[in-house]
Amino acid sequence: MINFQYARATDIADAVRLSGADPGAKFIAGGTNLIDLMKYDVERPTRLIDISRLPLGSIEETAEGGLRIGALVPNSDLAHHPLIEQRYPLLASAILAGASAQLRNMASTGGNLLQRTRCYYFYDVATPCNKREPGSGCSAIAGLNRMHAILGASEACIATHPSDMCVALAALDARVEVVGPARTRMIAFQDFHRLPEDMPQRDTNLQPGEIVAAVELPACGFPANYTYLKIRDRLSYAFALVSVAVALTLDGNTITEARLALGGVAHKPWRDPAAEAALRGQPAEKAVFAGAADLLLRDAKGFEHNTFKIDLARRAIIRALRQAASGTPQSQSHKKIR
Amino acid sequence: MMQTSTPARPSIPAPETIPIALTVNGVETTLRVAPWTSLLDAVRDHLDLTGTKKGCDHGQCGACTVLVEGRRILACLTLAVMRDGAKVTTIEGLAADGVLHPLQQAFIDHDAFQCGYCTPGQICSAAGLIAEGRANSAEEIREAMSGNICRCGAYPNIVAAIQQAMGQR
Repeated sequence: MINFQYARATDIADAVRLSGADPGAKFIAGGTNLIDLMKYDVERPTRLIDISRLPLGSIEETAEGGLRIGALVPNSDLAHHPLIEQRYPLLASAILAGASAQLRNMASTGGNLLQRTRCYYFYDVATPCNKREPGSGCSAIAGLNRMHAILGASEACIATHPSDMCVALAALDARVEVVGPARTRMIAFQDFHRLPEDMPQRDTNLQPGEIVAAVELPACGFPANYTYLKIRDRLSYAFALVSVAVALTLDGNTITEARLALGGVAHKPWRDPAAEAALRGQPAEKAVFAGAADLLLRDAKGFEHNTFKIDLARRAIIRALRQAASGTPQSQSHKKIR
Repeated sequence: MMQTSTPARPSIPAPETIPIALTVNGVETTLRVAPWTSLLDAVRDHLDLTGTKKGCDHGQCGACTVLVEGRRILACLTLAVMRDGAKVTTIEGLAADGVLHPLQQAFIDHDAFQCGYCTPGQICSAAGLIAEGRANSAEEIREAMSGNICRCGAYPNIVAAIQQAMGQR
């Protein structure tokens, strides 16, 4: 690991100030992704600003009936919090589908949003990668691209966002509270992460010096009809090839509200307003589910090793919509897909 | 030969080592570490507690699992300096007064290892799992232990050993 300086922030303002004083500095909380990337020489911060002791570790109810989740709440504490289990079980399920128990004990809520792609070429400093080294080229487009994007990719980058938690947060219309040198602002979850376009080095729309302080959930958590269905090469402790978060509101057998977000298929959690609109007001049945899947995947494009993902995503969407509509969410410990 | 894909690094002065205090297996200790010293290297190389194993050193295998404030974490992805003041339990701290921890005895009873390299991490992880109190069935234990890889493939015996130790709670 390279030489770096270490500073422990005393409060949020101190963290923002320390960051502004050193353009090469990075914040560290759980460290599960950043330290790994530093060992691979992918991340080379000049200074680590330790924010792990800042008072951002609580979960509080908001005036609107939602929840405000502090950025330092560990993933495991979030997944097992009684209010999350009762009111936002989709979020709990998605978190428990990711990583391992040890990593979930370490990883923070804010850090989960900021984790970087697991593209093999991003990690391999001997190969070109536009995300790691802008302008050097993309090794994945003509390389091993089994895990890569089928939606929203660019000629510069076909990496995917690796998070499970973020797919649920996208479906739930969460907002991200960000503190910067000048002001505090709220970012809609769909605007937090970016598509690669011609700047794949930028994963998010955070500005320099800004720090994620909290994630806010709206009141509606879809506790009755939801599922998080994750398809991967082994049953646990693997990144998604395709994952599907579904949240529905039903009136009888009629879908009155629908959220559909995909992981493992794009540079950010993927939502498609047209696909969700095609579900609203319709009966919860297979033909409707298939129509929404076809709409969502209408512009999907595969590469040499990942074209299978398009049909896999179509089937996973249909299956997940059925699981959610029938009130039988996917279990994250009993892995048989029903 | 110049490597063109790697930009020139800014020159960073070598930092002073930083004094930290840890309570490891009940013993208060102070040590000086560089900022990049992992908790794994601190316990193995600074405190000579070599029971905790370095497997992948990238958070993928679970061999370095220890308990910090009673919770299982990966020591290889933890900077020691960030845990200043923490209580750490390693495999050396589980037995009490010369009597094996129920998990250690259960791993022996069930032949739950072959080469033994992953075993300290498996046992510390299982201790964390039992403290969490959420896994009950064999399926739930397997899922909650998925962060600990055993290349000898002792998994069925590891699950049986954990079930035995859970029964003794």
